[in-house]
Amino acid sequence: MASTTPTQIDTAPPVAKSGRSTGRAGDKIFAGLSKGSGILLLVIMASIAAFLTYRATIALSKNEGNFLTTFDWNASANPPVFGIAVLLFGTVVSSIIAMAIAVPIAVGIALFISHYAPRKLAAPLAYVVDLLAAVPSIIYGIWGALFLVPQLNGLNLWLDEYLGWTYVFEKTQVGVARSLFTVGILLAIMILPIVTSVSREVFLQVPRMNEEAALALGATRWEVIRMSVLPFGRSGVISASMLGLGRALGETMAVATVLSPSFLISGHILNPGGGTFAQNIAAKFDEANEFGRDALIASGLVLFLLTLLVNGAARLIIARRKDFSGANA
Amino acid sequence: MKLQRKNMLRASALGALVVSGALVLTACGSDDNTKGTDGSAKPSAAAAGDIKCDDAKGKLLASGSSAQKNAIELWIKNYMAACSGVEVNYKSSSSGEGIVAFNQGTVGFAGSDSALKPEQVEESKKICTGGQGIDLPMVGGPVALGFNVAGVEKLNLDAATIANIFNDKIKKWDDEAIKKLNPGVTLPSTAIQAFHRSDDSGTTENVTKYLKAAAPDAWPHEAAKKWAAPGGQAASGSAGVAAQVKQVDGAIGYFELSFASAQGIKTVDLNTGAAAPVKATGENASKAIAAAKISGTGSDLALKLDYTTKAEGAYPLVLVTYEVVCDKGNKAETLPTVKSFLNYAASDAGQKVLLDNGYAPIPAEINAKVREVINTLG
Repeated sequence: MASTTPTQIDTAPPVAKSGRSTGRAGDKIFAGLSKGSGILLLVIMASIAAFLTYRATIALSKNEGNFLTTFDWNASANPPVFGIAVLLFGTVVSSIIAMAIAVPIAVGIALFISHYAPRKLAAPLAYVVDLLAAVPSIIYGIWGALFLVPQLNGLNLWLDEYLGWTYVFEKTQVGVARSLFTVGILLAIMILPIVTSVSREVFLQVPRMNEEAALALGATRWEVIRMSVLPFGRSGVISASMLGLGRALGETMAVATVLSPSFLISGHILNPGGGTFAQNIAAKFDEANEFGRDALIASGLVLFLLTLLVNGAARLIIARRKDFSGANA
Repeated sequence: MKLQRKNMLRASALGALVVSGALVLTACGSDDNTKGTDGSAKPSAAAAGDIKCDDAKGKLLASGSSAQKNAIELWIKNYMAACSGVEVNYKSSSSGEGIVAFNQGTVGFAGSDSALKPEQVEESKKICTGGQGIDLPMVGGPVALGFNVAGVEKLNLDAATIANIFNDKIKKWDDEAIKKLNPGVTLPSTAIQAFHRSDDSGTTENVTKYLKAAAPDAWPHEAAKKWAAPGGQAASGSAGVAAQVKQVDGAIGYFELSFASAQGIKTVDLNTGAAAPVKATGENASKAIAAAKISGTGSDLALKLDYTTKAEGAYPLVLVTYEVVCDKGNKAETLPTVKSFLNYAASDAGQKVLLDNGYAPIPAEINAKVREVINTLG
């Protein structure tokens, strides 16, 4: 008896010890791995930023034009002259058009899937929308150039005739619809799936209690959505939109295939012309010399900063709205 | 859950079926392919008589101009069929990239739309020990002006009118200047939509060189890879411009002849001052290249094209692409392959391949010098 008790005592602790020690080792390994991933991400970001800044400074030091105001891109020439004014304008305008079209439609689709559609329809519909995200952007580009552009010629003429007085929709130049407006429409289609699926997930998370409470008060379905779903989902929709905006800002091949670029800033968005950062890089990279590539990288740095700025702004909006929304209720 | 699992099973079974189906299909496909290569091996075997493999061996890398991509690929196909154990690999990117790779010593030769610039020659001396980079004209090609005007089958234009069209001065197809060059043709009053390249390109450079030389008053812009004129519309790549011309009524654009033939696009005949307007064809382009002078010194055979030639049947809107090699100091392991491959490319059989594929052979007199230089490469 006396001997068995110690053995029992002896055997018990090793089990507990080994259990505890694996726990500690596993804990340490996992903590190390996740910390490593986090640090790796920061290192990657920092090295991208450092690379862009280094190459950009080489280019900027020799630029004979004004980097911010020159309406030209002739970086491989001697002396090099280039500026990002047209690219910044085109990138921002095409993304704004894309957001203006895509966000309302995406919220509509998300609400339909989460609250209106019968279950049998909701799942396939959600699947189809997600499938849009799997189409490579060059395919969107070819589809846009060969199908969408000819189809939009009629719409362009109509807009010019009836909304031409707004200046924005006035078409002053002959040409097919290879304009910032068309690019905006194409980008809208491309960012639709990401905005839709994130919004849908947020709308599905609205607490059942909130909706039932609204129903109990005699609210109609629209009123339920307005009073409980939309306020709850607002910050989610904003971050979904920002994810979409990030894609729209950086989209390359589709824009390069559809747009007829020129180095002019025009408020007439139906005219062919304009350009975006990514499109310009794709168009100029092949024939650029060493220095020309540095210049393109400098424009890439601006796009990088623009994206950072947009994401930062989105975080600010979300942080400010958090207190008022039901998200933390 | 059970239901789901069943569905998943069914789905994976279906997936397996699809995959195995695809495998069967690809298997069939590869069978056909081998048959195809067996069949086509005969003509290349016939051509093999003209290919001297000499001491060629191993792997030869090359890179550069996409304008000569199809020509080089055909040469490579015939060459590799004749010389077993040799692998030639041409990466078609751009002239700029090809020359950068050449000057870094990563390729045996580079393809370029324009001759080496003095600073590039200077840089090449580091790679070519005891020598320098030289240009060998290998592939010529007509640049066609494709048009799409409803009801118009044949169109003659001269350099000044072309310059005014691309410079946004002539805006309608029934403009007096165009009518005068096309008596008897009914031209519609459709607006002209002129397309140029949105990416920097050697094709643009050649077209603007032509316009600058042949119509200096109407074309005030510098010749460059980047399109300089205001107005007009742009598309990416020759394929992109050709696609727009094909699609848009009232369009005109420039691209290599092969793109026009591939898409069935009508091309402009050039009114050069010769007795009759000249059609864009490989033969006619060769006649214009024959008027070129060699501007390179020593073994460098860079050409200065005569864009204003009035020779009968010479189509002056041409592009000549070069192979860039070291005159001395090529890498010992690739030198035999470079010499043997370029010898084939410059041979009568090699140049004939060009004519059959929308390119223009280099005229005999210049080609003879090219062959001489190839044999002296060290």
